[in-house]
Amino acid sequence: MTDTILSAAPPRVVAAPRWRRWSHGLFGSPLNGVLTLACVALLAWAVPPLLRWTVLDAVWSGPADRCAEAAGACWAFIGEKLRYILFGFYDQDRQWRPAAASLILLGLAGLSGTPPFWRRATLALWAVGLATAVLLLTGGPDGPAVPTERWSGLPVNLLLATVGMVAAFPLAILLALARQSAMGGVRTLAVVFIEVTRGVPLIAVLYVATLLLPLMLPAGSAIDKLLRAQVAIVLFVSAYLAEIVRAGLQAVPPGQYEGARALGLGYWSTMRLVILPQALRTVIPSIVNLTIGVFQDTTLIVVIGLFDLLNTARSAAQDPAWLGFYDEAFGFAALVYVVFCVAASRYSLWLEARLRRG
Amino acid sequence: MRSLSQSLPTPRPPAKAPPAKGVPTRALLAGALGLALGLALTGAAKAGPTLDAIKARGAIKVGVGSQPGFFAPDSNGRWQGFFVDFGRALAIAVFNDPEKVQFVSSSPQQRLPALQSGEFDILLSGVTQTFTRATKLGFHFGPVVFYDGQGLLVPKTLGVAKGKDLNGATVCVQTGTTGELNITDFFRQNKISFKPVVIEETAENQKAFASGRCDVLTQDASDLAITRTQLPKPDDYVLLPERISKEPLAPAVRYGDDQWLEIVNWAVHATIQAEELGITQANVDGFLTSADPSIRRFLGVDPSLGEAAKLDPKFAYTIIKTVGNYGEIFERHVGPKTKVGLERGYNAPWTQGGLLYAPPFR
Repeated sequence: MTDTILSAAPPRVVAAPRWRRWSHGLFGSPLNGVLTLACVALLAWAVPPLLRWTVLDAVWSGPADRCAEAAGACWAFIGEKLRYILFGFYDQDRQWRPAAASLILLGLAGLSGTPPFWRRATLALWAVGLATAVLLLTGGPDGPAVPTERWSGLPVNLLLATVGMVAAFPLAILLALARQSAMGGVRTLAVVFIEVTRGVPLIAVLYVATLLLPLMLPAGSAIDKLLRAQVAIVLFVSAYLAEIVRAGLQAVPPGQYEGARALGLGYWSTMRLVILPQALRTVIPSIVNLTIGVFQDTTLIVVIGLFDLLNTARSAAQDPAWLGFYDEAFGFAALVYVVFCVAASRYSLWLEARLRRG
Repeated sequence: MRSLSQSLPTPRPPAKAPPAKGVPTRALLAGALGLALGLALTGAAKAGPTLDAIKARGAIKVGVGSQPGFFAPDSNGRWQGFFVDFGRALAIAVFNDPEKVQFVSSSPQQRLPALQSGEFDILLSGVTQTFTRATKLGFHFGPVVFYDGQGLLVPKTLGVAKGKDLNGATVCVQTGTTGELNITDFFRQNKISFKPVVIEETAENQKAFASGRCDVLTQDASDLAITRTQLPKPDDYVLLPERISKEPLAPAVRYGDDQWLEIVNWAVHATIQAEELGITQANVDGFLTSADPSIRRFLGVDPSLGEAAKLDPKFAYTIIKTVGNYGEIFERHVGPKTKVGLERGYNAPWTQGGLLYAPPFR
């Protein structure tokens, strides 16, 4: 016992200066003191009502009538609607399919973010994983087909975002290389594509894909709406990703190009073996940043009548049986987005630290 | 633009297309965040491309909006609501199966362009039937399924029974809507004055009203009914009886498929006719043995009508048996006993002082 007390003592000694640092930071100058007190007042004003609403007065279970009487949040609403908010219109008795597809997509994204998986075999893993996820969602290989109109909720966000990033990647690399190319025609095409795509809002691209494309296509060649939205997102993301890759290419010192040429490597070998591995490594934080943005942008498909997580949450509060619990619905959706985005940004920090070490 | 018109969705060439002289040109203006897209589309009468596409697909695609009571998914992810039931009635008329229908959500800004581009076969999302939409934009309208109109919501403490008593009232109204123009006209016609409180956002508008910044909130009556339920004390407010504008909400279809339009017409008429005849979901089977020839024709006991329309002769029977008559659909989703709590008003049969009137089934 004495040992424990003795070993616990040193931290107590360390604690004192830390407290002094804190007190210096919070009340070091009159301005700091005022700001600290203002923040405390703000918290004292905001936190108790929020706590009352979210926890103390909240209703955790039961029918909608009980919620109507309560002053706090109605988490019973989320309990009742959880399945609908996550998976929307998907067949209720087969919802393990969208759940499994979501896990596969998340797993793929997580795995391919770790350096041991940065190899050619991962491409095959992606192909297999994506095909499995899509197959699960379509209802195959056995059982009745589920049309994409019924795909909704979280799996749609994940599918659009992951396929959007993965399919945009090769396109973006080609665009970035083309923009640096010495061939005038190729360079102009790449510049025009990138600048036009970046100059148009994603909503406009989605509208064109949904409303104008069917008018221009020959009769009878109806392309699935979700697929059209997916292609629009891929093209949109590729333009932004191309600029990120170009930034990476510019960060590679000219000596690397010259060294590769001195070794007798051709253009494609130089890029594949020497330049791109270095270029992509430097822009990983930007790519993660873009991924977070794309994940959040996928909610824009609400404007073309598709149901992503945000839209299922919103429409859950329009059911006359559970009318008007918008605060709870949007709060829950926000929580899901925060969890995903914070996880992604923490991962990015971890990866940067690891790459610095390696 | 002309070249676009050559590539309209035409699954198969018209069997007996009229000569292309005097082909009316339809203009479609799709507004998407200020992105105005003008497309000239030719519209000759076609031998049912929409109905052919529906049958080939095995399901009707119905464009819906989002408004509690009218269309909203339930906890099981199944669409429910007043307009949704009419979509199911259509599926019964075409396929004899209420499930062979896909509901496609659409926002007010994009629903008409989406209908034009073939995103769905029919728009059942509470579109007001207007001259411009029927002529310049090129949509046919089926029978009016809901007579809406701009209403006036007031607190009971105001002690007002009708709109004409509102002299000097402050009115919360949304900017840039026809509601703003309608309310100005209403007060001018009645030679009384008002003070407008003009707010852009719907939710803000409702908050301003709830906090007492204005005496009156004006919106479409069906919206007001739902707004009322969302106020802190709904019973302290009353929806005045006047409707200061006409908003006949009707199903809309593209030009060029008369047969499809007729199916829409008569599926809706069937629900109205059933209510007029007193036929309900519960008692419809009893009417099958009726000796009345008009009822026998209507329910398909005498199959002559269905054969003429190339529909299942018992389509009206199945619609009533599955979704009920008009009154039952109304009461189930938006009637006084629901949270939406709308009175029948104009949406009652003509025999009960309403505007619903089905042409004879013969």
